Amino acid sequence: MDKTTETPHDHDASESLAERIRQASANGTPLRIVGGDTRGFYGRPTEGEVLSTAEHRGITFYDPVELVVSVRSGTPVAELEDALAEQGQMLPFEPPRFGEASTVGGMVATGLSGPRRPWAGSVRDFVLGVRVIGHEGIEQRFGGQVMKNVAGYDLSRLMVGAQGTLGLLTEVTFKVLPRPGASRSLHLEVSLEEARNRLADWGREPLPISAAAWLEGALHIRLEGGPSSVAATRERLGGDELDENFWPALRDLKLDFFGPGSVSARASDPPLWRLSLPHRTASLGLADAAEDSMIHDWAGAQCWVRSAIDAETLRSACRRVDGHATYLGACEGPGSDEPFTPLPSVLLKYHRNLKAELDPKGIFNPGRLYAAF
Amino acid sequence: MNILYDERLDGAAPQLDKTAIRDSLAQDVPGLTLLHREEDLHPFECDGLSVYRTLPMLVALPETLAQVEQLLKTCHRLGVPVVTRGAGTGLSGGAMPLEHGVLLVLSRFSRILEIDPEARIARVEPGVRNLAISEAASPYGLYYAPDPSSQIACSIGGNVAENAGGVHCLKYGLTVHNVIKVKVLTIEGEHMTLGSDALDAPGFDLLALFNGSEGMLGVVTEITVKLLPKPETAKVLMASFDDIEKAGNAVGSIIAAGIIPGGLEMMDNLAIRAAEDFIGAGYPVEAEAILLCELDGVEADVDDDCETVRRVLEAAGATGIQQARDDAERALFWAGRKNAFPAVGRMSPDYYCMDGTIPRRELARVLKGISDLSEQYGLRVANVFHAGDGNMHPLILFDANTPGELDEAEALGGKILELCVEVGGTITGEHGVGREKINQMCAQFRPDELATFRAAKAAFDPTGLLNPGKNIPTPARCSEFRTIKSAAADPAKQG
Ligand SMILES: Cc1cc2nc3c(=O)[nH]c(=O)nc-3n(C[C@H](O)[C@H](O)[C@H](O)COP(=O)(O)OP(=O)(O)OC[C@H]3O[C@@H](n4cnc5c(N)ncnc54)[C@H](O)[C@@H]3O)c2cc1C
Ligand SMILES: Cc1cc2nc3c(=O)[nH]c(=O)nc-3n(C[C@H](O)[C@H](O)[C@H](O)COP(=O)(O)OP(=O)(O)OC[C@H]3O[C@@H](n4cnc5c(N)ncnc54)[C@H](O)[C@@H]3O)c2cc1C
Repeated sequence: MDKTTETPHDHDASESLAERIRQASANGTPLRIVGGDTRGFYGRPTEGEVLSTAEHRGITFYDPVELVVSVRSGTPVAELEDALAEQGQMLPFEPPRFGEASTVGGMVATGLSGPRRPWAGSVRDFVLGVRVIGHEGIEQRFGGQVMKNVAGYDLSRLMVGAQGTLGLLTEVTFKVLPRPGASRSLHLEVSLEEARNRLADWGREPLPISAAAWLEGALHIRLEGGPSSVAATRERLGGDELDENFWPALRDLKLDFFGPGSVSARASDPPLWRLSLPHRTASLGLADAAEDSMIHDWAGAQCWVRSAIDAETLRSACRRVDGHATYLGACEGPGSDEPFTPLPSVLLKYHRNLKAELDPKGIFNPGRLYAAF
Repeated sequence: MNILYDERLDGAAPQLDKTAIRDSLAQDVPGLTLLHREEDLHPFECDGLSVYRTLPMLVALPETLAQVEQLLKTCHRLGVPVVTRGAGTGLSGGAMPLEHGVLLVLSRFSRILEIDPEARIARVEPGVRNLAISEAASPYGLYYAPDPSSQIACSIGGNVAENAGGVHCLKYGLTVHNVIKVKVLTIEGEHMTLGSDALDAPGFDLLALFNGSEGMLGVVTEITVKLLPKPETAKVLMASFDDIEKAGNAVGSIIAAGIIPGGLEMMDNLAIRAAEDFIGAGYPVEAEAILLCELDGVEADVDDDCETVRRVLEAAGATGIQQARDDAERALFWAGRKNAFPAVGRMSPDYYCMDGTIPRRELARVLKGISDLSEQYGLRVANVFHAGDGNMHPLILFDANTPGELDEAEALGGKILELCVEVGGTITGEHGVGREKINQMCAQFRPDELATFRAAKAAFDPTGLLNPGKNIPTPARCSEFRTIKSAAADPAKQG
């Protein structure tokens, strides 16, 4: 894309962002990096001078034939997705949109993926390269615009989900994919156990499934692929037709289950937890959170629970099966001081080392992920 | 320029007393097989890039994790560098030993620990061969997708360390996309688990960081990989072109048509003739280039896609299109491609395989550039590569017995990599930097970016004992490289 005149939708603010970071570095001032500030509820609160990417916007490169797009971090996710849709392409990881203001930087820094994740991959699987301003206030480039690149360490993927604690992302290059030729969704009234068994069987066949969530007594399935195979699979699996809008609502946590408007919702609601579990986890054995009242997305690998259960009970149940639990919501509640599962001590040591090496002055979102860094 | 370990450029090698270290290891690590006699060390002096050789000080062949852990602790305490080796098929000198270091060989860790067909995962030791995983998963209708051409021999631990790729990667991703959990030992002998059996894990994505880290951050001791259902069917089309640029453009057109092939490979005339002589795959030897395009998935979709691809190839100016009639013919088409390296090797006493990635749209320009360089250096270059993802493998033909030809081949290779960087690509798509491309790292990255790599390394291995002298160049090496380059560009500066 060759644009000679900049518009508010296409503006390079990297130099002023770098300058702010150089100042913060010199003064040892912590910064709170903000995109659309729509993900405030996700993670620990950060005290710091606000550094907003809102002005740093625009798609800098898009070649649909190359399946590659580069975009400045302050660009709204919706703007990027619209540009891709015009060419019949998409971000395969189906990023949640938690509001109009959600930015590409926030999307990558939080690393959250939607219902297609187990079949298509996560945010990091589609990141080819980044530009990032590090603690010295210099913009650096890691990865690139090509599909395969193993020169040096993979610092671009390391930035995904790091919540801005290692530097400020200024630009991200993604691999994109064509939108599937056909899509159908269906709804099957089966028990949770029956759903698990069917998903395990189907998983060993090359079926065009691209989403599977069990809730409220039914398995919800999305089929995507070539028209022929989607039609044949639809025929074979049976069930009722499901409105396609179900998936964006699940992706953006807008189903009734999540409460009106926002996840932080009403003070009277029990807190919301996200459980990340291995496929084929049978039961967590939790008395309080009856499995039937949870949403089992990602064919069971991501569950949403509303429960007042205490964090340690929930986390140890998840740990037993090699999963983990994240607390989402208001800044109060039984998990809010430690929303992410605590790390084993050896891992924590190397997280601290990495943070100390890449952000020696501790200026980037201190404490956002863990209190220790 | 000396490509081997150079104390002046790569940092002083430790002063070590071989006998004392042997004694300490023998005492600290019960039952450890430790090779030390020169004749026992020779088989380990290089990896798949055999032009670079060094005799290791000691070779350790542990059999238990406790031995690996203790060996690392002892080496850490004594300040002994450790180079990890899987199957030794690497093509960038990554597992090349150090004269003053221990070579830690993991080939005895070759057990498949678990295949769980319901969860579609396999848990394996690092020395397991890539192909062995698919073989073990096959009875369940599953397979492991990344398929380096060396898959019969290379180890999955080496695949993780190199983030190995293969023909299937355009559609199914690289190693990093197919590994969900690894266990590692740090240089201090601590155990860490990165990733999890779930689809994500709390904290930084260290799993991504360790993939492709070339044995510089830790030793991978166990790997859990994703298994995929075998596609219902796979069909392959072979298209011939009388012009390499048309073939290059056809690649883009297939993808622009919304099709992601399971494999999309290209060969130029020299490679076609070499493969045809060797295998008899039925390739059109007059063609300037051929494209092999494999479509896999559900039968009905694959048939639709074959039709679309056929139309695209015709429109792109293919002079001939052939679809393999059955699985036997399909295997034959691929046999030519898979054996292209040894086939080209038969045309010349030696060959040097390069590995750079470029944006696909630059294919024609880069192929032209390579052919100009080939003339300039007077060395033939054959091209066989993963066209779908722009991963080039120019094969430089030379004769190491002709004085100076190896140096010329290296210099030509370096130029090709710099050309890849110039068009927005990278100096390695899948073979890694290792020892081989350490100088070109200075061409792809700025000093401050290299400093960030060194900082990441320091977080895990502050004393730099794991695989020193590989992957990330020292500032001294880059300034030497830049001086030589600017002297070459400016003949007045040449002495
Ligand atoms: C389960 C869930 C439910 C949610 N529900 C709602 C809801 O109901 N209503 C609502 O308004 N929002 C909701 N959100 C939050 C949110 O809208 C999204 O996560 C949003 O897409 C984030 O983008 P952002 O630009 O707003 O990020 P921000 O909130 O601005 O930032 C998110 C994180 O990324 C970091 N970051 C941002 N940009 C960069 C950068 N360029 N470089 C480095 N780090 C950066 C920030 O410092 C912060 O740590 C929800 C989120 C989740 C996970
Ligand atoms: C004919 C041929 C074709 C090839 N084709 C391809 C191809 O298509 N795609 C591709 O990607 N590669 C290819 N290769 C290169 C090579 O096979 C891969 O790089 C492979 O991943 C190396 O695995 P290995 O076990 O042989 O590793 P080694 O050569 O033993 O080691 C490679 C690197 O990994 C490190 N390492 C090994 N094991 C571990 C461990 N357990 N923990 C930490 N570090 C470790 C070593 O220190 C070294 O840096 C090819 C090689 C040959 C000879």
